[in-house]
Amino acid sequence: MAKLDLTQKLAILSDAARYDASCASSGTTRRDSRDGKGLGSTEGSGICHAYAPDGRCISLLKILMTNFCIYDCAYCINRVSSNVQRARFSVDEVVQLTIEFYRRNYIEGLFLSSGIIQSPDKTMEDMLRIAKRLREVENFRGYIHLKTIPDAAPELIEQAGLYADRLSINVELPTDNSVKAYAPEKNPATIRKAMGDVKARKDVAGERSYTGKRGKRFVPAGQSTQMIVGADASTDATILSHSTRLYGDYKLKRVYYSAFSPIPDATVKLPLIKPPLVREHRLYQADWLLRFYGFGVDEITASRPDGNLDLDVDPKLAWALQNRAGFPVNVNKASKEMLLRVPGFGTRTVGRILSTRRHRSLRYEDLLRMGASLKKAKAFITALDWSPGGLTDSADLRARFAPPPEQLSLF
Amino acid sequence: MYTVPLPRIGTDIAWRDAAKRLISAGVSPDQVLWDFDNEMGELFANATPLPPLVRRIKAPKSFVEMADWVVWHNDPQRFARLYALLWRLRHQNGLMQDRADPELAKLRQMEKGVHRCKHKMKAFVRFRDLRRNNERRSFAAWFEPTHHTVEPTAPFFARRFADMDWMIATPDVTAQFVDGNLSFHPGQPKPDLPEDAAEALWGTYFCNIFNPARLKVSAMTSEMPKKYWKNLPEAQHIHGLIAGAEAKVQQMRDAAPTLPPERAAKIKRQLRDDQADDV
Repeated sequence: MAKLDLTQKLAILSDAARYDASCASSGTTRRDSRDGKGLGSTEGSGICHAYAPDGRCISLLKILMTNFCIYDCAYCINRVSSNVQRARFSVDEVVQLTIEFYRRNYIEGLFLSSGIIQSPDKTMEDMLRIAKRLREVENFRGYIHLKTIPDAAPELIEQAGLYADRLSINVELPTDNSVKAYAPEKNPATIRKAMGDVKARKDVAGERSYTGKRGKRFVPAGQSTQMIVGADASTDATILSHSTRLYGDYKLKRVYYSAFSPIPDATVKLPLIKPPLVREHRLYQADWLLRFYGFGVDEITASRPDGNLDLDVDPKLAWALQNRAGFPVNVNKASKEMLLRVPGFGTRTVGRILSTRRHRSLRYEDLLRMGASLKKAKAFITALDWSPGGLTDSADLRARFAPPPEQLSLF
Repeated sequence: MYTVPLPRIGTDIAWRDAAKRLISAGVSPDQVLWDFDNEMGELFANATPLPPLVRRIKAPKSFVEMADWVVWHNDPQRFARLYALLWRLRHQNGLMQDRADPELAKLRQMEKGVHRCKHKMKAFVRFRDLRRNNERRSFAAWFEPTHHTVEPTAPFFARRFADMDWMIATPDVTAQFVDGNLSFHPGQPKPDLPEDAAEALWGTYFCNIFNPARLKVSAMTSEMPKKYWKNLPEAQHIHGLIAGAEAKVQQMRDAAPTLPPERAAKIKRQLRDDQADDV
């Protein structure tokens, strides 16, 4: 086999990385290089430097160190039984790519993942060499996200946390049984233990010692995970309950949902489907409602008997349509909790309503200027000059929002 | 009648200084003309000197912060609108909290526009290596901002790229960072920048991180509007990626399942033995 050049390796190893949904570069400590001795900065909110035609943000150089892998996960392009072309970056190549891309303002940093080679420890050690070189030799102060290898030794994960802004370990599939079926070499309990270790270590780092000194920074942007949606038969209720546990038990910053997407050289075990993008979108909306809008999983998933979210309307609207007895709410009097439940009101709109109504009573026009989506909200609210009348309880209210029936296309 | 000249570089400080003097002298908004970068020409050149700062008028912090953004907007009415709101603020307590006031809403919208432009500038400036053999490396970029955002955004680049020299040239204002010093200069036509081989690698990355099975063009263009494409080296690939997406996915679907490569069986056997050992 001819030796691959850098362009070919980059093509293979970014192709192999594109099924990871996360590209976030936010939420870490503020750093800069004003001292002239290093390169890079992070300032709280991340930056999307480009968007691919799949609509996804490109913030980090997201690559695999190698796509050689000894595991055989059915959903994965890099599984050992696949015939995709294999490649491996050297430490130097990853470091140079990251630095040169960063200097040209293409990226916020590096998201490094890898197939498992030889052993989990060996793989993690090689990844650490890259992170260490970036931080200690290149004085790189941009963002680093490392995909942790769950079976790697805890001290390696510990080290990773000192170099990286974020660590992630993918739980891969929503239930333990699915992981067993489709990722036979992975162990859900090991994955949870690794997440638990990272959380425990991060908790310690946040505490001050008796001298008042803070410990070394440990994954300041926290940890995240990803679940593949649509590869197995799990319902949205199962998926969201799992996320709720993950957010609670391991204080995850984000759970990413990745619609199962066709891969080259797929296995017969897992036939290719059209990626369920709408479902993925609804799960993200529901995830937001759980974290920022005070909803419970049961409330969100109660609207349909099969435990899945309504694909035609967003989960908040679906909930409101089922719970019309609580509407309309008076925007001039309702509590914050209730305002957050109005379809078409985001957290910002609610904040603006609360601050403005201290000064005067709100009209329909005012709400428009505050950024509310009144197309959705108007059936569920009253304002000084607005009452929905019979609209709230009208039989065809759902039909106003749901898309018209569409002719199905063959896949 | 006062005509206030405002320079293109340092607009924020000049506007704030003038506004302070005018408001302290009780000059009403209809008595003020704001002249940005001499755009009104000679006709108004003989400006009445601004009144001295007699007493300090307090303005809410939220107004000052908003004004610091809005002055960079490209709407010729921005200075007059800001001053009119400042005038109303003298007697209207709590106006800044009124998110439904039409004048304030308009200014907030302009502020948002400047924020967005700044954000896009941070994202879409693309440097090219000038390959100078100095101790510090040198890079340069050409960018076309929607608003006058070079000045408020340049410090971000200075914090980030402090160990190299760089220039961001725009038709509006050009920012230069040399040996750790940031300076601003008048805008200029697009300079001839040397080719940079890293752009081809970046293009390779852009093409391969794209998932053809998830084509969603509108989601891309809403965040990366076409007006920016001409200065983004990766954008030349977009049309090809969109056009070829369906065929690529079809190919994946049509491909008959293959036999695992020979090494797979050996690796799996080894792995099973290892895992058995562990237990």
